[in-house]
Formats: sequence, C-alpha cells, structure tokens
Amino acid sequence: MTGLQHAPLDRTAPVESPAVTTATAVLPPAAVRRGERGSRFLRLFLPLGLYLVFTVVPFYWMLLFALRPAGSTSLLPWPLTLEHFGTVWNDMGFRVYFQNSVWIALLTLLFVTFFALMGGYALARFEFRGRRLFMLALLCTQFVPGAMMLIPLFNIFQTLDLINSRWSLIIAESTFQLPLAMILMSGFVRNVPVELEESAMVDGCGRIRAFLAVVLPLLRPGIVAVGSFAFIGSWNNFLFALMFLNDPELQTVPVGLQTTIGENTVDFGALAAGGVVAAVPVVLVFAVVQKYLVQGMSAGAVKG
Amino acid sequence: MALADRTTVRPPAAGPPPTGRRGPRLRRALAPYALISPTVLLLAVFLVVPVGSVVHYALQHHVVNEPYDDAFVGLGNFRAMLGDQRFWDSLAFSAKWVVAEVLLQLLLGLALALIVNETFVGRAMARALVFSPWAVSGVLTTSIWMLLYNPATGVFHYLSEIGVGNAGTSVLGNPDTVFGAAVVAELWRGVPFFAILILADLQSVPKELYEAASIDGAGRVRSFLHVTLPHLRDAIVLATLLRSVWEFNNVDLLYTLTNGGPAGATTSLPLYVAQLARKSYDFGYGSALTTAAFVILLFCSVLYLRLSKFGRQR
Repeated sequence: MTGLQHAPLDRTAPVESPAVTTATAVLPPAAVRRGERGSRFLRLFLPLGLYLVFTVVPFYWMLLFALRPAGSTSLLPWPLTLEHFGTVWNDMGFRVYFQNSVWIALLTLLFVTFFALMGGYALARFEFRGRRLFMLALLCTQFVPGAMMLIPLFNIFQTLDLINSRWSLIIAESTFQLPLAMILMSGFVRNVPVELEESAMVDGCGRIRAFLAVVLPLLRPGIVAVGSFAFIGSWNNFLFALMFLNDPELQTVPVGLQTTIGENTVDFGALAAGGVVAAVPVVLVFAVVQKYLVQGMSAGAVKG
Repeated sequence: MALADRTTVRPPAAGPPPTGRRGPRLRRALAPYALISPTVLLLAVFLVVPVGSVVHYALQHHVVNEPYDDAFVGLGNFRAMLGDQRFWDSLAFSAKWVVAEVLLQLLLGLALALIVNETFVGRAMARALVFSPWAVSGVLTTSIWMLLYNPATGVFHYLSEIGVGNAGTSVLGNPDTVFGAAVVAELWRGVPFFAILILADLQSVPKELYEAASIDGAGRVRSFLHVTLPHLRDAIVLATLLRSVWEFNNVDLLYTLTNGGPAGATTSLPLYVAQLARKSYDFGYGSALTTAAFVILLFCSVLYLRLSKFGRQR
C-alpha cells in the first residue's frame, strides 16, 4: 500500500487548478532549438496526425451512416436525413431505452458520488483502526471480475425480488464503481488543506458545517470527475442489463444497441443512428470532464 | 499511510464543550466507521457474498432449470474443467488477448502521452479528440467497427476501390483475421486509458531533472531512458496490471462483435462463462470456471508485482 505513494503528493497546490493539465508541459530545453522544425514534424505532428485519423475516422463513419439516406455511397453525409433517427427512436424503442438509461445512470451517479464523498472523507481525514485493511479491500475489488459475478448476483437479486427491476442495475453498478470512486475522492479531499477546516472548527463550526462550508466547495472538481466516471460507467454497462432485465420496457441503450447489431436486417443506417444516440450523452459528459481527467487520475488513482 | 497522519484534522485545542449525551471523543472515534458503513454494507452484500457463493456453487452440481438435480459434487466440476477443451482454448485465447492488448495499448499510449505532453498550437483540442474513445462503451465500439469492417459498407470497400487491398470477405468472418480485427477495435478505445494515466504522471516529473540531464549532455533519447522512464515505472506497472485484469474480464466487446466466433476462435474465458450462464444455465460449472479464473488472475497479479519489484526502487 505504501508503495503506491511513490511520489510526494503536492498538497500545497490549490485544488481548483485543473490548469495543471494544460499549463505545465514538461519540455526538455533542447526542444526549442532552431532547425528542429523538420524533426518536430516527424516526431510530433506526423504520428499525432496518423493517430488522429485512427481515432476520428470511426466516429466519422458512424455519423456518415447515421445522417445519409439508405443506399447512398457518398462519403459526405449529403443530402442530410434524419430518417434513421426516427427509425431507432420511435420504431426500435430507443426512446424508452434512452429514458431508462438516463434514470439508471443518474441514480448511480448520485449514490456513487454521495457514498464516495463520505468514505473518501473518512479515508483522508481520519486515522482509524482497520483503515489500511479497508483500503486494501477497496483495491482488491478491482480484481473481482464483474462479468463473472453475473451468476451469483443474479441469485441474490432473485432472492431480493429485484430481477427485472432497475434497482438491480443501480445497486450492482454502484457496488462495482464505489471502490475506485472512493479512492479517487479521498485523493481529492487530501488535496484540500486541512488547516482551512481546522480554522473553521476553531471558529466554532462543527465538523459537518466545516465540511459543508469549506471543503465541499473546493471539492467541486473531484465531485465532477467522480460523478462523471459513475455516469459514464453506468451508461455503458451492458452485461448487467442483459442479465438482470428481461422486460424490453426496462432495457437500456447498450442492450438496445446490441439488438440493432444482432438483427440481420442489415439496416446500417439504424445501426449507426442507434450508435449516435448512445454516444451523445457520453460525449457531452466527456466534454465536461475531460479537463479534469488527467488531474483526477494523478490525484487519486496512481498515488492512492 | 504516513500521508494520512499529516492530513488528519486535529480538533481545536479548546475543544467543543462536551455534550451531555456522548463524549466528543467517542463520536470522533465512531465517525469514520459511520462514514464508510454504507460502502461496507454494499460491498459485503453484493461483492463478498457473491464471491462466497461462487465458491459454494463451484462445488455443487447446479443447473438453474433442473433444480431436482442439485447435488454436492466436491471437486467434480474442476475435474470436468481439466478435461474440457473449450476451457483450455478460451484460457489460451484470454492470455493471447491480454498480452496483445496491454502491450500495444501501453506502447501506443506512452507514445501518445509523450506527444500531447509537448507544447504546440491546438494541443487542448488534440488531447480531447485523442482521449475521447475512452468514454465509449464496448457495445458502441462494436457498432462503430461493424460499420467499418463490413465488406459492403466498410473502409476496406472504399480502399479497394482506389486499389488498396481487396474487400472480398468480412475480416470478422475469417478465423485468420478476426483476432487482429478485434484487437484493433479494442485498441481504439483502450489506448486513451494509458495515454491519460501516463500523461498525468509525466506532469509530475521535476523539470530540474531534465535540466540536469541536458547539462550532463544527455540528448532527447537518453533523457527519456534515464529520466522519464524510471519516473513512470510505478505508474506503468500499476496501469498495466489494472488494465490486464480489466482486459481479461472484459466481455462486452467480444460478446457483441464476434460472440466468440467464428467457430470459437475468439471465445475468452469470461465469455465462455457468460455463455454458459445465459444459454445452458449451468451455474455450478460456470462457478467452477469463475473460481479458476479468479485464482489464475490473482496468481498472475502477485507474480507480476513481485517480478516488477513494484514500489521498491525509490
């Protein structure tokens, strides 16, 4: 465990500076020499360009098929059509899947963030018996294969009469996401200078009020990061929904997406449009969280 | 956990006036337990109990839709496993899959992190684009790559029209090409994870080290080998370990992209278990496979941490 903290954590850095991700690029001084322009192209822009093609073309391909009329072979989505979206949204049930997925993901986000805040605060601010054991247990959960817990979880949810209930997904997702979320959150709490809290307590605040008034506002980047991870993870979950829900009225977007893949209708427009529907919320959340991503990883995951 | 000692809140010297009901000391001692209790409860019921029940069912004959046949069989399931060619095949595939994925993701992720760590115009945009597949689910990855790989609609169709390669058959239908095709699709969404983690760690390399290396006459390559890589070592070990476990357990992509086919060529061990659970409801045998996978995973992880001397160097 102590091995994880190989680098000194910079606790003096202000918490609200996700700017570290963009501001401080480590640049070997040799890089700015003259006459390096050609090598800079070969070393930097050529591989980056190639990789960008690899990243972007698949996204573009999906948009292309979603937006151009069936049967078209044009490489530009022109003339533009929304017929495929109409098909998946109205005829293939994506409206229901979408609503289900949103609710499940939002509730997972709520539970994971709230419990991670509680536990993360406890891990960062209290020294208590069993703390190291608890941390170790949290890390060990990462080795438990979620896919292989399908059978026993199915049995448990059957006992609790939660098969075919959205709660089975919310509970299972929260359970599997909490450990990492809590470790991340404790990293964020640790970055809030403890003196702020102490001085609030000297001023007569109780611990809870000191937390709400002083710590919580400074934790906003951490809450955004952890909440987004939870949302994305829950939105993307496929196997739990496949296993625990039978009623099509309860199904989620990934399972709906799989049915568009599975059916041999060869309706590539619908396949692509369903993909776009599945991608939109995640892309929006990603746009919000992406600047916290690197910081969040360095605050919590690596230096536990 | 020396860190925690220094960040623990010390109660103010005077201390709040003692309440009548419970002493503040007792409350303080109980507070952390109260705070972690919901998580402990969730983990106990929905993680520890399932793990226990997997071990329990591994020793039973238990097929859900034949409850009259349930019986204790001891190590019978494990004995059956050793003679099950599909188990060995899926295990071999999983090993091949994990090694190929993690190795390629690490190399590409490292290169990418080094590139987007440089200063250039449009860097923020480049980072956002390059990292974006990280958020994409396995099923969505399948949808996208189905469109790309399909002989009628895919890129190969267009490439062959301008004379590059031929687009006769689906790469997913051919046992010779399916592995590579699945690996590339998973790489597409897997590389950003490494790039993000390594970039995060790159930013904590003290600049002075590079300056010192440059004064000592080290070029770009040598300062990478002697400054950057040693600094990244623990992050790389941890990232490869987490990712190996994750890739081993990952089912979504293969389940939807190939469903283990053609002819079982891409059936990983978890996929085999998931198929057993969904198709034949043979939970007893599935549990035995799960237990075996868990033990193999744990053994490999400990071995890896030992061999890599994780966290020992500094």
